[in-house]
Amino acid sequence: MAMALRNMLRSASRRLQVRNYADAPKEGDLALTFAAGNKVFYDKQVVKQIDVPSFSGSFGILPKHVPTLAVLRPGVVTVVENDGKQNKIFVSSGTITVNDDSSVQVLAEEAHPLENLDRSAAQEALSKAQSELSSAANDKAKAEAAIAVEVAEEIVKAAATA
Amino acid sequence: MLGRVAPAATQVTAVVNLQQNRNMATLKSISIRLKSVKNIQKITQSMKMVSAAKYTRAERDLKAARPYGEGAALFYERAEVAPPEDEKKQLYIAMTSDRGLCGAVHTGVSKVIRNRLSEPGAENIKVICVGDKSRAILQRLYGKHIICVANEIGRLPPTFTDAAKIASAILTSGYEFGFGKIIFNKFRSVVSYEQSDLPLFSQQSVQSAPKLATYDSLDSDVIQSYMEFSLASMLFYALKEGACSEQSARMTAMDNASKNAGEMIDKLTLTFNRTRQAVITRELIEIISGAAALE
Repeated sequence: MAMALRNMLRSASRRLQVRNYADAPKEGDLALTFAAGNKVFYDKQVVKQIDVPSFSGSFGILPKHVPTLAVLRPGVVTVVENDGKQNKIFVSSGTITVNDDSSVQVLAEEAHPLENLDRSAAQEALSKAQSELSSAANDKAKAEAAIAVEVAEEIVKAAATA
Repeated sequence: MLGRVAPAATQVTAVVNLQQNRNMATLKSISIRLKSVKNIQKITQSMKMVSAAKYTRAERDLKAARPYGEGAALFYERAEVAPPEDEKKQLYIAMTSDRGLCGAVHTGVSKVIRNRLSEPGAENIKVICVGDKSRAILQRLYGKHIICVANEIGRLPPTFTDAAKIASAILTSGYEFGFGKIIFNKFRSVVSYEQSDLPLFSQQSVQSAPKLATYDSLDSDVIQSYMEFSLASMLFYALKEGACSEQSARMTAMDNASKNAGEMIDKLTLTFNRTRQAVITRELIEIISGAAALE
């Protein structure tokens, strides 16, 4: 009788310990891999939505988005996680791939959470970049300075909304 | 007359040297050897400590860079991009570094490339050497295959800027390759690494990929920028893996060197003591036999 009770308790506890594999990404879930050169933000994690700024326009990505490739422009990537939390991360440049199994890879050259951006430092960087643009000598230097201006403008804009 | 004296003098000194060599090495030379091996052991110990510190940092960086590299290569897998069957012009990129004393890291990568180059049909394969070590190994036989060398690798941890510089050098080198491979050492664990490769495709291969049509809103500009960036990402990933393998291999190599130096020190200490006792015994014998002869 005691042994029967013990067996029942053991099997009951085992049932309570059953692990759910609901966290593993299924086919059709938005599995996000968001990595920058220095840090990994998400590694094959399931999220609800991502908004990305790209050269072909800003677009939002939901699960089962059509596969596409895009090049990121400097701006803010907003990740809406499964529990509704929004994570804003500033990226300088990079690429985004949406594959046919609904997995998304965002590979950024440099990415920092919005909280790490300092408004005054961004303003300084912007004025410095603009002065470099006006004093640029050849085409290549002009192009580099134009890129610096664009990134600095976006940082200032993003830092203002933080 | 003087000329005839000189050879005789050298003959005498030669006989004397022979006698000295027959006494094993003298105490002085053993102690010089012992001191130098002890110094070497100190140096290899400190190199091992330095590599261990660099290795922990490299492993941490690699953990962050792994999703980067896998993500960059994933698109080409999913889109089933494949090089055309009769592709002649190929490009191999050897990921090594400038510094040695790290085991078989550089020779492993160079061996893979060497084996491929020694097979028939290798005239159109060009090599880009990242790091002076691979250049030194490949230059003798395959110097005309090398189109570009990158140095100052290995001193500092690799950054994305380095990878971007290599990528722009590849794209501006003017060599239109149809298919390429990045050969690097993939880090498996502290004691093991293996040679691995990442494929590089040309824009033409990507545009003729079977599954490319499933990808929406693409034009050649987007594809080109995408490919340039993913080239830099894959180079960055290979640099990180290579750096981690190199530091762990150097740690192992220096550890073995210190152990070997320790063994040599033990053996030398034993011979030193034996020689010292032999010298003392010889002096005693001379004294005693000298004293006995006087009686």
